[in-house]
Amino acid sequence: MSLGLFLAQALTGLASAATLFLVSVGLSLVFGITRVVNFAHGAFFMVGAYVGYTLTNYFAASDALSYWLCVVAAAVIVGAIGMAVELLLMRRMYKVPELFQLLATFAVSLLIDDILPIIFGPEDLLAPRVRSLRGGIDLFGARMPVYDLYMIAAAAIVLLLLYIAITRTRWGVLIRAATQDRDMVGALGVNQAWLFTGVFTLGVFLAGLAGALQLGRTSANLGMGTSAITEAFVVVVIGGMGSVTGALVAAILIGELSALGVAYFPQLNLVLMFLIMAAVLAVRPSGLFGKPEALTRQHEFSDEPPLRAISRPLAFAAIALLALLTIAPAVLGTYGLSVVVDVMIAIVFAGSLYLILGPGGLVTFGHACYFGVGAYAVALGIRYAGLSFASALVLAPLAASLFALAFGWLSVRVSGVYFAMLTFALAQIVWSVVFQWYDVTGGDNGLIGLWPTSLSPLVFYFVTLALTAGSIAILGWIPHSALGYALRVTRDSPARAAAIGIDVRLVRLFAFVIASLFAGLAGGLSAFAKGSVFPTAISIGRSIDGLVMVLMGGVESIAGPVVGAAMFYLMQTEILRYTDRWRLVLGVLIILIVLVFPKGVVGSISQRLRGEESR
Amino acid sequence: MKFAAFGIATALQFAATVSGFAADPIRIGDINSYSAIPAFTIPYRNGATLALEEINAAGGVLGRPLELVSRDDNGKPEDALRAANDLVFNQKVVALSGTFFSNVGLAVSDFAKTNKVPFLAAEALSDALTWQQGHRYAFRVRSSTYMQAAMLAEEAAKLPAKRWAVIAPNYEFGHAVVNAFKKLLSEKRSDVEWVSEQFPTQGKIDAGATLQAIGAANPDAIFNAMVLPDLVRLVREGNDRDFFKGKAIVSVMTGQPDFLDPLKDEAPVGWIVTGYPWGEITTPEHTAFLAAYRKRFNDYPRAGSVSGYTTIKALAAAMVRAGKTDSESIVDAMSGLDVESPFGKVTFRSIDHQSTMGMYVGRIALKNGVGTMSDFHYADGAKYLPPDDEVRRLRPQN
Amino acid sequence: MTPQHPTAPLLQVRDLLVRYGETLAVNGVSLDVEAGKLIAIIGPNGAGKSTCFNAISGQRPPNAGEVLLDGKSISGLLPETIFSLGVGRTFQVTATVPTMTVRENVQVALISYHRRTFSPWVSARRLYREEADRLLELIGMTGQRDRACGVLAYGDLKRLELAIALANAPRLLLMDEPTAGMAPAERNELMALVARLAADRGIGVLFTEHDIDIVFSLAHRIVVMNRGQLLATGTPDVIRADPRVQEIYLGRDDHTGSAEKQPS
Repeated sequence: MSLGLFLAQALTGLASAATLFLVSVGLSLVFGITRVVNFAHGAFFMVGAYVGYTLTNYFAASDALSYWLCVVAAAVIVGAIGMAVELLLMRRMYKVPELFQLLATFAVSLLIDDILPIIFGPEDLLAPRVRSLRGGIDLFGARMPVYDLYMIAAAAIVLLLLYIAITRTRWGVLIRAATQDRDMVGALGVNQAWLFTGVFTLGVFLAGLAGALQLGRTSANLGMGTSAITEAFVVVVIGGMGSVTGALVAAILIGELSALGVAYFPQLNLVLMFLIMAAVLAVRPSGLFGKPEALTRQHEFSDEPPLRAISRPLAFAAIALLALLTIAPAVLGTYGLSVVVDVMIAIVFAGSLYLILGPGGLVTFGHACYFGVGAYAVALGIRYAGLSFASALVLAPLAASLFALAFGWLSVRVSGVYFAMLTFALAQIVWSVVFQWYDVTGGDNGLIGLWPTSLSPLVFYFVTLALTAGSIAILGWIPHSALGYALRVTRDSPARAAAIGIDVRLVRLFAFVIASLFAGLAGGLSAFAKGSVFPTAISIGRSIDGLVMVLMGGVESIAGPVVGAAMFYLMQTEILRYTDRWRLVLGVLIILIVLVFPKGVVGSISQRLRGEESR
Repeated sequence: MKFAAFGIATALQFAATVSGFAADPIRIGDINSYSAIPAFTIPYRNGATLALEEINAAGGVLGRPLELVSRDDNGKPEDALRAANDLVFNQKVVALSGTFFSNVGLAVSDFAKTNKVPFLAAEALSDALTWQQGHRYAFRVRSSTYMQAAMLAEEAAKLPAKRWAVIAPNYEFGHAVVNAFKKLLSEKRSDVEWVSEQFPTQGKIDAGATLQAIGAANPDAIFNAMVLPDLVRLVREGNDRDFFKGKAIVSVMTGQPDFLDPLKDEAPVGWIVTGYPWGEITTPEHTAFLAAYRKRFNDYPRAGSVSGYTTIKALAAAMVRAGKTDSESIVDAMSGLDVESPFGKVTFRSIDHQSTMGMYVGRIALKNGVGTMSDFHYADGAKYLPPDDEVRRLRPQN
Repeated sequence: MTPQHPTAPLLQVRDLLVRYGETLAVNGVSLDVEAGKLIAIIGPNGAGKSTCFNAISGQRPPNAGEVLLDGKSISGLLPETIFSLGVGRTFQVTATVPTMTVRENVQVALISYHRRTFSPWVSARRLYREEADRLLELIGMTGQRDRACGVLAYGDLKRLELAIALANAPRLLLMDEPTAGMAPAERNELMALVARLAADRGIGVLFTEHDIDIVFSLAHRIVVMNRGQLLATGTPDVIRADPRVQEIYLGRDDHTGSAEKQPS
């Protein structure tokens, strides 16, 4: 590669870095002050592009000045929407567990995803581009688009204004103080609620600004939100949550490495970002400029009652259910049976996630990884080794736990948001490999035709039933075991855990591997149930579905994920039958859970039954 | 109030059941990515609806009305499989149709094979659907990846260009279309050199860096398979950098209205493309289709509309030909079936169940500030398929 | 293994130094704890007492200096390792598990001590139940053993901390303000129990305490800290007579100026 091309690529990389910085700095600011990871940030970015499109069209912006005014106006409008979301929803959420905040913002992004096409239609919308912003100029012997240079300038201006605001204004002093110690700001007599509102609004404003600025390069489209949020997360996590400097450095790092990577290693483009993220977090678990999280107690589940021995009525209910499912094939048709099998697989998956999430108190966004590894182990075993049904099914949990051992070892060194993000990055790497390795995994087309012709659907049904019952019994038992107790100490009082000789990381790793083993089993079963495997088995969407299932049911006992998974699956099946707007329904559902039933269905019922006892 | 409404509804339903007893509807199970990629699939549904209404207005099929039971697959194969299960075993459809993404199409095809149900893939492009993973129960309407590559390779061979670069999305379609194009063009022109390959992530193209990397290899011509929204970024970035000047660009599907319309007056004039210039086609079949479509939906058709329309017409024709609606009879009738489509008569080849529906090949032009195609001709799909013995080699024989 | 010097103190701290950013929280502190003896650390808030505890028990590894247990260095070891060497501790801000019962809190410490943590098939509820009940009886919490820890009064939590700290049959007990938040009568009772346990079982106890009466009546030796540094060490009588101690404890309000002049 010539020096000229190198410099040209570097400059192009800087233009991407400018976009990355603009997209991610708002996310980082909001996290720094409010500790909320705003999943809807990408959706607001997308709204920025759509609103910007509408404004430039409405005012027929034909000169540069009116174009820039439209962009800023779009950002202001998006900021106002963000403020409304903060006042209506987020304000109720600062005291609830981190996970619920994440889910609430995720729900907002689902709503936006489905509302935008209703308002703007499904087609990509291209804003007309002002003549003076078209074309390019020669730099380093290559032609650079003028708009790229404007993007770099815009990022620089935002950076400068933020710097002035943070270092030179009273508001900035408060922000810096709040990043250090939130409660102290409250003690200074500052209205913390309004500070949060302000910061959230600013963050969303910046997302909208970044989105509107994209109009010069691309169309407003329905995929841009998802794409932006992933990039923004990666940047913020690499830079260190809450650090503006970190966001800047990480944006430049990723922008440059991607631009140069395209030239040197074009085949790495799908995975490069996540490789950088995993590499940085492996060396610096809190990101480049992040502060390590203290091993303080996580207040998440402190009002949970002590575990009780499994009650007799519950045991009877379980046995009755099992009996019912045993005779079910006599009544149910092919479709009914396949639905029950799918529900059972969802139950095992959710049950395995419950172990990490409930007694473990760790939020993971990468649990689908182990489900997928199990599913692909079965598929590859059948396809390339000619394994039988039984041996392929044994391979699934084995493969999943091996992956979990390696990835878990990396991940348990951190907790909280970083754990969530690291597990997410690792899952994303596996996804990218599976998605791209056509010769072996079939890429996005997956592997099909896995159903062994010798296997009768009825036999498979009973195998699934037996394995599900066994898995749930084990997963329900573990919290009552010595390991489960140790796990809850690491969740509720890490300092105490260490003081009584419990190796926090080892206990977490152990639980992580056990959970992943069952996730792998669920994946293996699903490979047979569907007769096929696709990269979606590993996708973030499946991880989130798992989280929603567990939270819908409740995290306090195994009954939670069982009920939650069944409800989620059946609702999804029914709703998809009548509407294309599943995301809208799911979004409303999540907000309901978070606001009205924060303990999930099972949790809320058992709390009602306990009555006064629970304070 | 509620009860009254419920009562009326029940009564109506009952009446419908009784009166319809003699003519129970024939149900077709339709699966497509309505929520994941509405810009392409809603025109498909419109086309299917139009065909359905025309058939029912003409008295239905075998004296029975045709009914379309439609399901969203969320763009995910596993959701499509669940829907297929519901449609076949619960809704008792006689055949499955639809699918846009290749992986969804292949998944439903596998389901059809296992459960012995006819499946007519509408838009899924993967060659595997009719070849490597083809089977008795799977058919396809649209021109496959290979056929489109062949149509463009024919045009590309006429160009003087020798140094070629390729850019395509990083998933199966992108790799498959590039491989087919490279093979076919190299066969026609031994002097062609392949100097650069880029496979950006779908939806996340780093357009500037990608173009610069390609430019470093000094190609005379570029074969492009990027689709929306990356196409927009690629075109804008390329225009700003004067990248396309002096280079021939050959591009898959860019001539379809679904791709051209979002580009507005920035449509890349001069690119050689496969597409669907709906406003310029003057054949009687298409003129009639266009008029009917506009009347019914107050909108113009997209490429998906033609597929949707032809899919339903083909299934209906197969049932008429078979005289029955059981799976095996429909499959037997589909094989070698002739169907009237908006593009003229097409045949479902008995050798691989691929229809001979073609596409329009020409150059992108601007007309009234909107992209369209000029110098185009209809490339009949029948001419762009490999020789029969090659197809037999590709397809599992059983 | 037999210690090199059978007469050497159980715990020896030598020139301990802990830095938080720019500030020296503990600066060159040395002290000894003998088996069966109660050693108190006193000093005003911010003197570095808790940091000392954290450095000894491994929660916050020291930047310099040495901590010897039975003559062997334990500085820089992980807290869980130090626990396994027979060191129990209580926290200034109680660290118990609110979602477990009082008995379970003790049981889980016993499970860890007996190395049964990684036994996913054993029911924790049945493990070491009697042993836990005996410890709870010792601290007088038998009546509360089935209550959730999250609903206990603060004084009770403090007592529970002692029971947990005794679970590994410690040779050395580190107690950071074990009686803070308790009523005076409760305090005396608890500390008398600690003194009795130390004598009976030969446990060395290092503790901090705000109640000067308790310190002077129970401690065998007192270590006085101020601003991270060791001010004085000696028997209660010696310390009581030390003018510097009187200055920081009694005269600091009037003579802040002279307190500033302490060597630093």
